[in-house]
Amino acid sequence: MPSAAPVARRSSLRFESAAGNSLHSLSTSTETDGATLAVREVTKRFGSRTAVAPISFALEPGQLVGIIGPNGAGKTTLLSILAGVTPATSGKVLQPAGKIGWVPQQPALYSKLSVAENLRLFARLEKLDDPEEAVGRMLAQTGLEDRADDEVGRLSGGNQQRVNIAIGLLCAPAVLLLDEPSASLDPRQRERLWEFIGGLAGGGTTVVFSTHNVAEAERYADRLLVLVDGELLFTGTPAELEQAVGGGSRDFEAAFVRFLHERGH
Amino acid sequence: MRWLFVKDLQILKRSPLLVGLLVVYPIAIALMIGFALSSPPGKPTVAILNEVPPGQGTISFGSQKISISQYAKQLFDSINPLKVSSRDEAVAKVRSGQAAAALIVPSDFPAQIESLVTQGVGSPTVELILNSKDPLERQFAEQTINARVNEVEQAVSQQVLRVAVNDLNQVLNGGKLQFLGQNVPLLGLRNSRAIIQGTLASLPPNSPLRPALKQVVNFADLAIQGLGFASPVLGSIGKPLTVDTTQLAGKTTPTATYAAAIAVIVSLMFVALLLASGLLAIERSENAYSRLIRGLVSPSGLLSEKVGLSAVCAGALTLAMAMLVSLFVHLEWARFPLWVLALGFGGLAFGALGVAIGGVAREVSTASLMAFLLSLPIAFLALIPANAVSGTLKSVLDAISFFFPFKAALQAVNNAFSGTSPEIWGPLLHLAVLALAFAALARLALRRFASR
Repeated sequence: MPSAAPVARRSSLRFESAAGNSLHSLSTSTETDGATLAVREVTKRFGSRTAVAPISFALEPGQLVGIIGPNGAGKTTLLSILAGVTPATSGKVLQPAGKIGWVPQQPALYSKLSVAENLRLFARLEKLDDPEEAVGRMLAQTGLEDRADDEVGRLSGGNQQRVNIAIGLLCAPAVLLLDEPSASLDPRQRERLWEFIGGLAGGGTTVVFSTHNVAEAERYADRLLVLVDGELLFTGTPAELEQAVGGGSRDFEAAFVRFLHERGH
Repeated sequence: MRWLFVKDLQILKRSPLLVGLLVVYPIAIALMIGFALSSPPGKPTVAILNEVPPGQGTISFGSQKISISQYAKQLFDSINPLKVSSRDEAVAKVRSGQAAAALIVPSDFPAQIESLVTQGVGSPTVELILNSKDPLERQFAEQTINARVNEVEQAVSQQVLRVAVNDLNQVLNGGKLQFLGQNVPLLGLRNSRAIIQGTLASLPPNSPLRPALKQVVNFADLAIQGLGFASPVLGSIGKPLTVDTTQLAGKTTPTATYAAAIAVIVSLMFVALLLASGLLAIERSENAYSRLIRGLVSPSGLLSEKVGLSAVCAGALTLAMAMLVSLFVHLEWARFPLWVLALGFGGLAFGALGVAIGGVAREVSTASLMAFLLSLPIAFLALIPANAVSGTLKSVLDAISFFFPFKAALQAVNNAFSGTSPEIWGPLLHLAVLALAFAALARLALRRFASR
């Protein structure tokens, strides 16, 4: 990934929280109030199982938001709802302007097509004014110009993820959703990825990512959403989460585990 | 949708092995089915041991002779004869599988027949040795040989009856009899009665010969009546029944044309089903489906593209196949627009069934397997002749065939190729309804398509 200017950490405290076990009192807003994306009491049920309990929050432009939680917490489900892939059972997702780009955890690519052909297809499906320009821009932005004609099926996992992200960015979205973006990457590729994502956020794109890697979330996210069993237990900065369990811990992961433990998870 | 169409064609272009199999396999299956239906049944190989010495294959009775050799030729025409020189050799041929059966004609066979015909004694017997390993082959060989032996039996019976009727006529009306190389004149009953009646008339009224001669005349009268009745009856026994055949109005499809229609529809079915089900399942296996339906393409649009592509590809392939087949089998070129219509509607219906399968299966391998498992039995059920099964079973088979496109597509293509009934419009409407129904089913299946 090409390097980008590091993003200054913001200490945005704007948050909404769920009812029940939430740490903070409920605060509602009927308008998006300049937020890039607002979620209002969104739930998702699969039969009798509640995958996402009523959740509300709003995202600011240029924020880098990490969704963390154990396996089965509902992270991917929430992102799918925000992306419009899965319909919510109830609630609303308010999107004032701009498009939402989505990068699923498993690369959504056609392995028999080349990198350029994949980009071109989705650029045309997005009905972009100049698909070829968009393809060239994405190839440059993701550093894949010399692999443009290679079949995607023959690329490494890391390069496939690059193409995956490039497709998500084709429509120049206001909000980019990434599901476990660094899962298949080696350390160097991860470093480059986060530099790239930081550059996007610095340019005003709101980036929401889910991750199992708590340390990664602590290092890169401006704001965290802690999801457990479909419930939003916390929203705030990583430092605020550490303070919530007494602070002073040098290990964020340990603090996070203690946080969950104190809330019965 | 246009770009999805292009994308799928690009994917197919880069899968030459898949496309090759998709084209070659159904054509091969279809041609085999077509040839099997249009070819005459094969002849079984039968080992023949004829122990009748040369020159002694003739049956004599009275003045008549019947040659058995001419009837043996009829038998040989219906089998592949394999001449052997001993019973052991015949048995060995059957055991090894070189022959399906062995027929052994004993040396005294003509004498046995002659004894039966002239004296009513004996039961002429030929020996048939069968291989029990393959029951179907055994049954086929046995049926073929028994049918020919029955024909020979009938032919010999008719010949014997003709001879008997001829001899009866001679007894009745007189004639000439061949005896020891001499032509011996035969008076005949009618002439004999006339002579005796003449003699009776010339006798005095109280002649002692009159009662005896009167008895002879009475006997002659009775014999003439009896034999006069028996002669035509015996003549008709040989072939007592006549079958009067009436063909109802309407054209009959030549067998070869029907076989071509079957071959084309089987190909259309396989290509359209496999393409549609596979191309839809690929969207899920490549994880692209969820990306597409986030506002880029509607689920209905996606289904339309898959159905359309598979119908176009399958239709084009089978149209080319029909044009090639028409070089060998008569297909009515004047009805070419109906060929296109029938194949188009058939392709759409099969394509819609394919996306329904793909939507339910959700994986390419499962979709392909389901396509095969569903299509082959349904196609075979649709090909079972109506009079080959009982009424209830026929109704069940008709109901099953009604809900799948094979039979309607076959009727449409058959009409397009040869103009035979039913008219094409009914099957086309049927196919259109099926296409819509399966598309609706596929749309329902897409609700859980992306879930893991």
